[in-house]
Parts: sequence; structure tokens; C-alpha cells
Amino acid sequence: MGPELRSWKEPHRLVLIAIGIGIIVFAAVNMRWDWLPRYSWRLVEGVGTTLWLLVLTSVLGFLLAVPLGLAQAAGPWLLAAPARAFCTVIRGTPLLLQLWLLYYGLGSLFAQYPEIRESWAWPYLRQAWPYGVLALTMSFAGYEGEVMRGAFAGVPKGELEAARAYGMSPLTSFRRIWLPRAIHRALPTLAGETVLQLKATPLVATITVVDVYAIISRVRQDTYLTYEPLLLLALIYMMLTGVLVLAFRWLEAKVPVKS
Amino acid sequence: MSSPHTGAETGALQSPPAVQVADLHKAFGDLEVLKGISLSANTGDVVAIIGGSGSGKSTMLRCINMLEMPTRGAISIKGETIEMKPDGRHGLQPANAKQLRRIRTRLAMVFQSFNLWQHMTVLGNIIEAPVHVMGVPRDEAIARAEKLLDRVGLSDKRDVYPAFLSGGQQQRAAIARALAVEPEVMLFDEPTSALDPELVGEVLAVIADLAREGRTMLLVTHEMKFAREVANHVVFLADGVIEEQGPPDVVYSAPKSERLQKFLATVQ
Repeated sequence: MGPELRSWKEPHRLVLIAIGIGIIVFAAVNMRWDWLPRYSWRLVEGVGTTLWLLVLTSVLGFLLAVPLGLAQAAGPWLLAAPARAFCTVIRGTPLLLQLWLLYYGLGSLFAQYPEIRESWAWPYLRQAWPYGVLALTMSFAGYEGEVMRGAFAGVPKGELEAARAYGMSPLTSFRRIWLPRAIHRALPTLAGETVLQLKATPLVATITVVDVYAIISRVRQDTYLTYEPLLLLALIYMMLTGVLVLAFRWLEAKVPVKS
Repeated sequence: MSSPHTGAETGALQSPPAVQVADLHKAFGDLEVLKGISLSANTGDVVAIIGGSGSGKSTMLRCINMLEMPTRGAISIKGETIEMKPDGRHGLQPANAKQLRRIRTRLAMVFQSFNLWQHMTVLGNIIEAPVHVMGVPRDEAIARAEKLLDRVGLSDKRDVYPAFLSGGQQQRAAIARALAVEPEVMLFDEPTSALDPELVGEVLAVIADLAREGRTMLLVTHEMKFAREVANHVVFLADGVIEEQGPPDVVYSAPKSERLQKFLATVQ
């Protein structure tokens, strides 16, 4: 991708902008939007749910991905094998299946044990969102564990050697050199994967978590409209994606890479 | 008689040698690369280590700061012997990680492939070890780094990332990084071998400058002419042993061993 602050006044961009405005005007004039005010607040809440699901599961998933990647890249067999198995299973099965296994499987299993039903955790475990968070976190961890494995392995040995030669302890070397260097290498992939994670979040609507997709489904049921709510949903996801892409580009630009 | 230093023949008033290597062996599996090397450099010495490829000269240098673990032998820096213990597989391992890290900060290595940390600017590379290993206050480290950058002629590259520098500039930045820890001994591992011919000169000039100011250095190099100019002691390694050593003029002009004669004939 080119430099981001290129002028929008170039001819082809002006044409694109014109087409975009045309579509919006057409949609505004020829379609039904009278339901929008009634649902606006719920939509905002839905976007909020989608966003915190995305942020929480990406952050938690990444925190898990670091040890998963490290174990596979440099760990002893005893750690590497389970890490590899986890990543393989997660990446080899549909997220929807994982989500349902956790929610319908684990969720109903928990309910059978009075110890769990009477514990402090039950008020949370009887809700749907913890299973959504768990499934999305594990999914992100599985994919990103693989990405981080490659990123850790790809950091030039010489740079780690230099860290040792200058007296760094294994921990300092990891914290100052290996991890930041690996993250930097993985950043372009992480950006794409985070966008995919955003687009995986609506699956939680299938286990009754009310995200923005669930709100739009509700609108469709209430109004019998098809295109309008779905178009709005597409627009919302595209805008969220745009924000994510810009945020990652800003992060990547902090350490420039020679092209 | 009973000196605390391993095999050091230092008199009571003499300071211990900056680097003392005693009976160093290194094997990679069945391949014995170093077959018993003993070497000593006093403070202010510039020791050039020459020899054909595969002679073990880089391995020897890397054993001194234990980037490679010796299979046998002892290494002392300024009279302090690096503690080692058997690793259970016919080799050695560090016995005191803290001591090793402390000693490593007093040695500074300049690598053939620079090995600058690519996610940090030139300045970041230079202050990294002082700040995060030695605990020097950041602004003090920066002030010192700026002087060093000036010295290696890279003041204008302070905030540039290594990938945007030429090989010669990267190596000069790496030398500044080495100087930043105020080392007792500098270890140069073929510092110009990865450089384009036209960039070799600028790096050698910096190294010669350091030699002139009396830095203790061990220099593994293929630059024969340069070694002769800056070193006060030349060590010729062949097949994992020191075949011949002495002052550069003697070693270069009157080589005794047949191997050294052959080697000098092929490289000159």
C-alpha cells in the first residue's frame, strides 16, 4: 500500500467519490430508512458490543499467541507439541463449531455440577458472552500463534546473538529484542487477521450475544426489510475495517521498513 | 607462586592481562575446530588473528565471550576467570550466568554482519546496552552516544533505522554501539568481510583510529595489510592451533612455518 496521505484530489479518486455519493443519494431517496431513528441507540450499543468483543478477544488472543508461537519456535518438545496441536485443531475446525461446542457443550456441562452453579462464576457462566469471548480468543490465539511462530523464527539469529554478546539476560533479550522484532515482522499479517477477527464476531449472534449483527437481524424481523438493514450493516463493518487498517498502518509506520 | 589467576604468569605488580586464553578447545560434534589455543593480550594490545577460512579464528573469538561454549580450556578477562562447568555431554556451560553477563558488558563485539537491532534507530542501538543492561541513565547514555556518533561520522544518521544505511555506515554504527559500553576489550569478527570493497576503507579508518588511542582489541581479519599496520601482535591460526605468532614485521617479513609462508603468498 502506498503512502497514506496522498491527495484525494486525483482524478480517479474524484470519480470514486462521485460514484460513492451517487449510491448514497440513491439509497437515501429510493429506500426506506424510517426505522433508523427507532433503532439508532440499539445500533450504537450493538457496535459497542462488537467492538469490545473484537478488542478483548484480539488482545487476549494475542497474549496467548505469544507463548504459543514461542513454544513452537524455540520451546522444548514438551511445550512445542501441545502448542502445535492447539494451533492445528483451532485452525482446522470452523469457528462456528468451536463456538457451539463451547456454548452448548461446555455450557450445559457446567450446569450439571451444583458446585459450579453455586459458585461466584455462575452468574457469568450462565450468560452467553463468556463463551463467545472464549471461542473468539482461542481462535485468534490459534491463528496468531502460528503467525508468531514464524515471526519469532524469522528474527535474524545475529541480532539475538548481539543481545547476548552485550550482556542481556534471556528475559531482557526477549523483552527488548526478540519480541518487539517479531511483532514488527508480524504486524502486516496481524492487521489482516484482526480485520478477519472483526468479521468473525457476528457468529456470536448465533449464541444470543447481541452485537451489531444481532440488532440488524432484529430490524429485519421487525420491518420485513432486507436490503436496507443489510446495506447499513455492510457500511458499518466497512467503516470499522477502515479504522482498523488505519490504526495498523500508523503502528507499522513507527518503524519504517525499507521497500 | 600461588597466583589466583589460572596459569597467568603475572608478577605481583603487573596488572593481569586484558585477555587470557588457556588451552582452548572447541569441537562441533566430532569436528575439532580448536585444538588447544593459548593466547594472552595485555591492556592496549592490538592482536590481529589471521588464517585461512576454517582455521578456527572466528570460533576462537566467539569462545572468548562465550557465544560459542568451549569444550575445554579457560578464559580470563582482566584476571577474572569465567566460571564454567561440565554440561554433561563432553562440553562446558556457563556456571555463573550473572558473572558471564557482567563480563560480556566489558567485552564488546563487532560482527561481520553488523547485527544491529533493526527495530531501533541508530541512537536506540547505541544506548540499548548502557540503558537496559548497565543501568546508565537515559539522558547520560544519549549524550555519550551523540559523541560516539560524531566520532564514527554518523551524527546525521542518529534517528535513522539501520535498514536505511549502507553497509559501511551500519558497521560504523555497530562500532559506536560497541564503544558505548566502554569496553575493556573489543572483539572484531571480520568487520569488513561483508562490505562492498569501496566501503571497507571507512570502517578500517575508524578501527585504526581506535587502535591508535590504545584500545585493547582482538581483530579477526582478512585485511592483511591493515592487520600489519594496526596490530602490535599477529597470531596465525591454522587447523585449530596457533601455528605462528609475533610482532607483525617479523611474522610478515620472516615467516618461519611453511604454512604461514604459503598463506601469505596466496593472500598478498
